[in-house]
Amino acid sequence: MTCAACSSRVQRTLERAEGVSSANVNLMTGGATVEYDPGVTSPERLVETIRGTGYGAELPPAEESTESLLDAQDAARAAELRELRGRLALSGITTVLVTAVAMSRIGPSDVGRYAMLLLTLPVVGWAGRHFYTRAWTAFRHHAADMNTLIAVGTGAAFLYSTAVTLFDDWFAARGIQPFEYYEPVVWIITLVLLGNLLEARAKSQTSGAIRRLIGLRPATARVVRDGREEEVQLAALRLGDEVVVRPGERIPADGVVVDGSSHVDESMLTGEPIPVPKGAGDRVIGATFNRNGAFRFRAEAVGTATVLSRIIRLVQQAQGSRAPIQRLADRISAVFVPVVLSIAVVTFVVWFDAGPAPAYLHALVSAVTVLIIACPCAMGLAVPTAVMVATGRGAELGVLIKGGEPLERSEALDTVVFDKTGTITEGRPAVQAVELAADGPIGDDGELLALAAAVERLSEHPLAEAIVAEADRRGVAERPVSGFESRTGKGVVGVVGERRVALGNLALMRELGIDAGPLAARADAAAAAGWTPMYVAVGDVPAGLIAVADPVKPTSAAAVARLARLGLDTIMLTGDNPRTAESVARSVGIAHVVAEVAPDRKLDEIGRLQDQGRVVAMVGDGLNDAPALARADVGIAIGTGTDVAVEAGAVTLMRGDPLGVVTAIELARRAMRVIKQNLFWAFIYNVIGIPVAAGVLYPALGLRLTPAMAAAAMAVSSVSVISNSLRLRRFTPGGRS
Amino acid sequence: MTTAQIAVTVLGVATIGWINWYFFAAGRVAVAATSDGAGPQRVRIEVKGGYDPEVIRVRAGLPVRLEFHRDETNPCTEEVVLPAFGIRTFLPAHQTTTVSFTPAEGRYEFACGMGMVHGTILAEKDDHGAP
Repeated sequence: MTCAACSSRVQRTLERAEGVSSANVNLMTGGATVEYDPGVTSPERLVETIRGTGYGAELPPAEESTESLLDAQDAARAAELRELRGRLALSGITTVLVTAVAMSRIGPSDVGRYAMLLLTLPVVGWAGRHFYTRAWTAFRHHAADMNTLIAVGTGAAFLYSTAVTLFDDWFAARGIQPFEYYEPVVWIITLVLLGNLLEARAKSQTSGAIRRLIGLRPATARVVRDGREEEVQLAALRLGDEVVVRPGERIPADGVVVDGSSHVDESMLTGEPIPVPKGAGDRVIGATFNRNGAFRFRAEAVGTATVLSRIIRLVQQAQGSRAPIQRLADRISAVFVPVVLSIAVVTFVVWFDAGPAPAYLHALVSAVTVLIIACPCAMGLAVPTAVMVATGRGAELGVLIKGGEPLERSEALDTVVFDKTGTITEGRPAVQAVELAADGPIGDDGELLALAAAVERLSEHPLAEAIVAEADRRGVAERPVSGFESRTGKGVVGVVGERRVALGNLALMRELGIDAGPLAARADAAAAAGWTPMYVAVGDVPAGLIAVADPVKPTSAAAVARLARLGLDTIMLTGDNPRTAESVARSVGIAHVVAEVAPDRKLDEIGRLQDQGRVVAMVGDGLNDAPALARADVGIAIGTGTDVAVEAGAVTLMRGDPLGVVTAIELARRAMRVIKQNLFWAFIYNVIGIPVAAGVLYPALGLRLTPAMAAAAMAVSSVSVISNSLRLRRFTPGGRS
Repeated sequence: MTTAQIAVTVLGVATIGWINWYFFAAGRVAVAATSDGAGPQRVRIEVKGGYDPEVIRVRAGLPVRLEFHRDETNPCTEEVVLPAFGIRTFLPAHQTTTVSFTPAEGRYEFACGMGMVHGTILAEKDDHGAP
């Protein structure tokens, strides 16, 4: 679309389309806003309609709105900071002047009094004006917030002082010594503005992780169309496009490499520090960084369907969630301000009735101090800021914690149950040994493998894949099979040539009436080494053994050891035979093993542990173990390569590294500690601060707070809560937990 | 006790009573979402120091669109959170921001980012037999 004629043509096309009530095409932005009846047409249909006229059209990606919202948030924050700085400057200078006048004055002087009134006016009328207007709009909605407290507190002091200044004779005639209170008013406004400024600055840092994630996406992609490379906006990238990626560029979408090779740094999404080699057929994830080589890939997920977009959505949802621990704080926040207003009234009445002279003055000052010291913000910020920073930091480390509730439950865990295959082990079994039975019917291990592979080719079991892969590796010729039969939990049977070939565990041999006795000792030895032995029988005679093993992941042992140090029990669940399972468990340091568990029984095992009073995490892949993940108190889905089921589990590890489990639990514990500190501080601050401000220590100790001290305390309290939460940004796995 | 002390005490008690009535009991009127039958149920909510309307009645099981029009720059209301639906969104000042979800029957709270300003969604079963 290059001219007004084009845009009006697109507009007419849209307007004429069925179901469209109005359309507005903007030439400058290249965007169209359409009102339509969803029962008649759809955005996709409208895009097709526009394309039918020869113009290009795309639906706006959902994150564009996320991005524009974040931009709007940044702009609002910047405007707020600018405004606050201006207000603070005026208010700060005035505070110095008012304090100087108040201190230099000896005895009541009209000049000094009027000077202070004139100096205070712009502070109340401009620098702190928003406290009053915001309090008023809230009041009209029967609501009260921090502004209400500041407005009532400073408003009362200011109105009283003004009355004393203007009508001092009237007060004097009634025996009330005219004593004005401008100084606290300007001090309070200045300190609260300073607090707001620091708070606004700190708050903008809590959503930094989302911003960094969004920033990972390149703006454009280099697409091959009609044999030519052309650079297109990311939004214009389509499914199936072939995309060229050069060294030093970010990958614009998810897809499969078709040509070329390189090393890709995936650390920003998976936390994996070592660049991963990629060649034809390998999957690449959008937003990861291409290091040294150039390649082409076919886009298989674009826009909102990419892994990055899904991560961003999940992190946003997590940050929008509420942790159960927050419920009490929420309940208090909801009634906080009216309760503090009531306490201030009680304070006024008690000082007025029972306080020393001048009673009205002490009553006023104490009531104002109560209003000013009360800080609802610290309570409201205590949990959400920590949840935001922790989930954001987790995402940067390749650990997606999906909200406040999983975070809170992860802290309470005492047992971690690992699925064996793909979690503790690589999930890619390989043949370790092929052994022939003495005096068996087969005299050559290549022949044994060929027969086994022939039958296993029809099986979908992971162990079968290992045997087929080994046969292919050795270049064994394929053979036709008839009468294939899979016996769940036991093995497979088929006829190769004229002979029946059976391949499976001891149970299969028994079922077929084959005496595997001569091979049993060797099978036991293989199992003791952590391998899975499979008997091969040809006809009715045992012919040999094929031992397959799934190598243990290099970090499994370290993960188990660190979980033990964190005080967690580890348990391994597997469908494998007990001996193999024991051996794998021993090699990584897991003491408890539950073997021969059928996939559908895993959740019963989790339930059994929970019945013992344990708080259980289940670690497994997001597909086969989904029911067990859902049953566990915290389901931890572990990524397998680049096929990440990011939506699975309450926690998702982007990388297949079991150390991620440790990271998730450490992070949860750190976050919960920060949350508890925040809540404790916010509660205790108000619980102690408000009575002290009201003057409970005065009768015994003669101790009172001034309104300015209260304002300083309040400013510090909410900033300290946010700063405490921001410490989670520096969380590193394995650090002090 | 002097007359002034008695007056201040009585006035104080009355003020406390009024504060609690005004902020907790008064002024809560539920507004029902509008729907033209085909699209989602829609409610426009004015965000200015609070939510207006503050209590919203919707039909359970059908999509709901809340259109938050935030007509102020007060940062207190800059975010709206609907914890039950995992929504925390920024509301740009002087703009309308739409939030969509489908509630099951029940009572849902929404609030500002700090939980100071509150609203309630009452998702009710339809008694009239309509779809």
